Amino acid sequence: MGPMNMESLSPIILSLVTFIPAAGGLLILLIPRRDRDIKLFALVISLLAFVASLHLPVHLHRELGAFKFEIDKVWITTPHIHYHMGIDGISVWLVVLTTFLTPLCVLISWHSIHERVKEFFILLLILETALIGVFTSLDLFLFYFFWEATLIPMALLIGMYGHGRKVYAAVKFFLFTMIGSMFMLAAIVWLYAKTGSFDFVVIQNAIRSGSVPGLEAASLWLFLGFFIAFAVKVPIFPLHTWLPDAHVEAPTAGSVLLAGVLLKMGTYGLLRFDVGLFPEQARRNAPWIMVLALIGVIYGALVSLVQPNMKKLIAYSSISHLGFVVLGIFSFTTAGLNGAVFVMLAHGVATGGLFMLAGILYERRHTYEIADFGGLATPMPKYATFFLFTVLASIGLPLLNGFIGEFLVLSGAFQARPIYGVLGATGVIWSACYLLWMYQRVFFGKVTHEVNNALLDLNLREKAALWPIAIAALVMGVAPLMWLSAIDPAVQAALAPFAQLASKVVGP
Amino acid sequence: MTSPISNPLLWTVPIVPLLPLAGAAINGFFGRQSSKKAISTVALVFCGLAFFAALLIAASFSSAAAPYSFPVAHWIRSGAFSADFDFYLDQLSLVMLLVVTGVGFLIHIYSVGYMWDDDGYYRFMSYMNLFMFFMLTLVLAKNYLVMFIGWEGVGLASYLLIGYWFTKDSAAAAGKKAFIVNRIGDFGFLIALFLMIKHFGSLDFTHVFTAVRTLPTETGGAGPLTAIGLLLMVGAAGKSAQIPLYVWLPDAMEGPTPVSALIHAATMVTAGVYMVARSSAIFDRAPMALMVVAIIGTLTALFAATIGIAQTDIKKVLAYSTISQLGYMFMACGVGAFSAGIFHLMTHAFFKGLLFLAAGSVIHGIGGEQDMRKMGGLRVYMPWTFATMGIATLAIAGIPPFAGFWSKDEILWKAFGASWVYWLIGVITAFITSFYMFRLMYMTFGGDYRGAAVQEAHGHDAHGRDEHGHGHGEPHESPGVMLGPLVILAVLSVVGGFVGYGNRFEHFLAPVFRVASTQVAQEASREAGDSTLEPLLMAISISVAGLGWLLAHLLYSRRPQLPARIAASLGGLYRAVANKYYIDELYAVLFVKPVVNGSTTILWHDIDQGVIDAAVNDSADAARHVSDNVRHMQSGNLRSYAGWVAAGAAVVIAYMVWMGVR
Repeated sequence: MGPMNMESLSPIILSLVTFIPAAGGLLILLIPRRDRDIKLFALVISLLAFVASLHLPVHLHRELGAFKFEIDKVWITTPHIHYHMGIDGISVWLVVLTTFLTPLCVLISWHSIHERVKEFFILLLILETALIGVFTSLDLFLFYFFWEATLIPMALLIGMYGHGRKVYAAVKFFLFTMIGSMFMLAAIVWLYAKTGSFDFVVIQNAIRSGSVPGLEAASLWLFLGFFIAFAVKVPIFPLHTWLPDAHVEAPTAGSVLLAGVLLKMGTYGLLRFDVGLFPEQARRNAPWIMVLALIGVIYGALVSLVQPNMKKLIAYSSISHLGFVVLGIFSFTTAGLNGAVFVMLAHGVATGGLFMLAGILYERRHTYEIADFGGLATPMPKYATFFLFTVLASIGLPLLNGFIGEFLVLSGAFQARPIYGVLGATGVIWSACYLLWMYQRVFFGKVTHEVNNALLDLNLREKAALWPIAIAALVMGVAPLMWLSAIDPAVQAALAPFAQLASKVVGP
Repeated sequence: MTSPISNPLLWTVPIVPLLPLAGAAINGFFGRQSSKKAISTVALVFCGLAFFAALLIAASFSSAAAPYSFPVAHWIRSGAFSADFDFYLDQLSLVMLLVVTGVGFLIHIYSVGYMWDDDGYYRFMSYMNLFMFFMLTLVLAKNYLVMFIGWEGVGLASYLLIGYWFTKDSAAAAGKKAFIVNRIGDFGFLIALFLMIKHFGSLDFTHVFTAVRTLPTETGGAGPLTAIGLLLMVGAAGKSAQIPLYVWLPDAMEGPTPVSALIHAATMVTAGVYMVARSSAIFDRAPMALMVVAIIGTLTALFAATIGIAQTDIKKVLAYSTISQLGYMFMACGVGAFSAGIFHLMTHAFFKGLLFLAAGSVIHGIGGEQDMRKMGGLRVYMPWTFATMGIATLAIAGIPPFAGFWSKDEILWKAFGASWVYWLIGVITAFITSFYMFRLMYMTFGGDYRGAAVQEAHGHDAHGRDEHGHGHGEPHESPGVMLGPLVILAVLSVVGGFVGYGNRFEHFLAPVFRVASTQVAQEASREAGDSTLEPLLMAISISVAGLGWLLAHLLYSRRPQLPARIAASLGGLYRAVANKYYIDELYAVLFVKPVVNGSTTILWHDIDQGVIDAAVNDSADAARHVSDNVRHMQSGNLRSYAGWVAAGAAVVIAYMVWMGVR
């Protein structure tokens, strides 16, 4: 439909979007160590990747659920590994989310990173490529490669640029994810051994046609192998304890990408690979997974409520929000899955924004302790306004982005089983409790610490980083169809194997 | 598809909410740098335009052609489900539209005078406009999800305005409390929506109600419609401050007084009544849910009125009065007399809006004082405020021919048709209402001014009060910009009841509530058979109003030293009432503390750090911590008998809901 030159871009656009950041990162190696040049260059590269990535949703043929912009080249002949990439209406938005957040991460790191600036931005851009690669890979080996590739730059960002017990946090993050991934690797190798392919589409077709020998006996273990890797990443209770530590110690940009995108690797993996390859097992195991998701929603919220540290509070709230995503996925309903994907995006924007805001405060006061603040709305009214707006997006106020996803997830969970929806819906109460209480303690009342009177309000650079978050939160809440119209067909395709089940559940 | 709308004026319906939104945005973005005149102009023009548009719409409205639908844009689509930005105009939303924009505009004008000296003037006006946007969205929505936008949005505006003086800890806490308690109600509302999606596949009013009307009445209780009705009532109890979720409204008085008038008396708190009335088709098929509505309304009416007797803060009296009057509206809806509920909603908007504005005028005139014990004699200093507030008091007390008499009498008459118990409690409440309102009038305006004398005795009064720049000079009358709205509302409080004369109001709304409600049908036959009963009941309600006035006169005008002695002789009972039956304290013990402490010690310290992280970090003996704390929990002090009774009732209702959900 589009103009010819756009069509001709199709085969390479995904590779471009994926590798622009890493290529830019390598170019930074050649730039002399002048911090300002490096930052500007990183900003330009990340913006370039963002603009390039916008090609994807604009030219995605939404009505069909299949993969688009596919490229499938033999990479290694033995073992049989392909450079196979492609996106659908789900992964396209995760790619855009990544490219949207990265320039903001560059902006927010402008002054907070003083040492080893060059290495920082190289790591950040390499991380971006790895993240995009996770969402675009359709070859399991390639996927696994990108999956593991995200670990190293992220662990280094935490370990080198974090604060406090940063090495402990980095190692904990690394080990948790690494050990989880081993199980996935084993499952991938088993599948390769039986099908002779790493190709997601080939393997999926083979499984659906029942031509994989020994699958019957192994499918539970394969499902669990993938599940553990993804569950650690999401994180699903009780595999979550790496997250608060990693967040508290991570630099702001690390936290933004960690909460905004890295956690979604887990939920995306659950949806694409675990549910996509083993629908039967997914259905069979759904009850206990739903229970864990609900525990995550409620437990995450309650523990978040009592955190004395702002960043830890936001970290635990992520566990609660990601619980919604898992709840939606394993409801196997259209509303649940649409909502799950939407929550992934909305949480990326809103929680990414909250971490940016926390970072802005940290730059000024070098603390995240809520007790060190109070009354900040007086010295920092603009900051307080942005913060409140982001809080409202996060607690799901209608017309902002958090509401759409939460509503769809809960209505889907309710269709699957009313008790899931009812318990999940208590989340709307809890989120208001922990965020508004925190907001009250930080911003309202009189200024309790003399030093806070002198705090500067937002500067231009910080506003430039926050405005896109606010606008995205509003536009996603008012016009969610821009996203849902692409997500819905992809979700329908993902649900096709469950059609029988779904019709049974939806009926009166 | 909907039929084409011939009159172009009606097409302004979807634009009406956007007008105050534009005002809110302009003042929100540019107000900080603008002059107060410019800010006022923007706020008043956009709010006034909305009112003007509402008048034009009313003029073009044709009952024969109603209801009108205005599809504007797509919003959410997921599979076969859709919820769009669709707007709706029928007799009910027209009444709400006029009340909201009319009373809202008057209170905006008043606010210019009241808030002029405040530093955050632009912020205040922006929030007020924002509130109007959400409130108008709420009443003009064509489906429950767009209604929910307004529903949550007015909650946000309420949060912002209660906590408007955010440097005051009590104001900030009150705003948060309001939001969270409302969220508990919204939880019920949401589940009701999920049930509708499950059973009807839609949240569109027309679609849902058409489907509901094909279903049989759930006489045995425990069906999906009963569950939906009960859950909607949970939402309504949050928004409209009914038992057990009323606790946020008295605290909400921390907001500036125009906010109390607009949001916490005239409009937002009536949203629950509107929502129940809007859902009349559902409640009509769920008599058990309807009965719960009536019982909650009746109990709240009485309960809140008794607390009103012993309050000394002028705004707190009015707050409990509002809760009580909202109870009447739910009583009306609960006996199937939806139009009587909406009638009272309208007259209440006039006289309660007026009462708050007049109270604000008093507070403004004596330098921010809210304690009635430090008032007195103000009729001399503020004749206009005295006269208008007096009219409002006559109206709320149910003295004919003032507005409140007509609507309250209508409710009591309909309630009698359903059960004499509702009627009796309603009449007792009417007596109490009359008493505490005249008590307020005598304490504020009667006798001599006690301000200066008491000021020295209780120099450091801990009450929340409007922070004003005024010094404590002579009490003075308010400026014209504040008195104008008082006078207009006073006129409405006099004549507002006549729209109900000869059941005209009921007939106008009849197409909306055309469901053949069982109670109303019964009552109609009774009405036809017994024509002497209505005048008799009317005479009783007029006499109790007179008795209340008389008692207040005796206690607070003739023998002002007597109330203190009576209070002393009542001892614990008086203290319980004055302390609002310790409900806030009870909730703190039952809910707030267990959640916070349990989350801290058990979930965070024991499970998260003790068990899970310990397993990771290889530290030990965490399980012991958990068992220790569980033992502590069991020996906790949850002993309130009333608490357990309430819990039992909640379990029964939850069971009913569950049977329907299943």
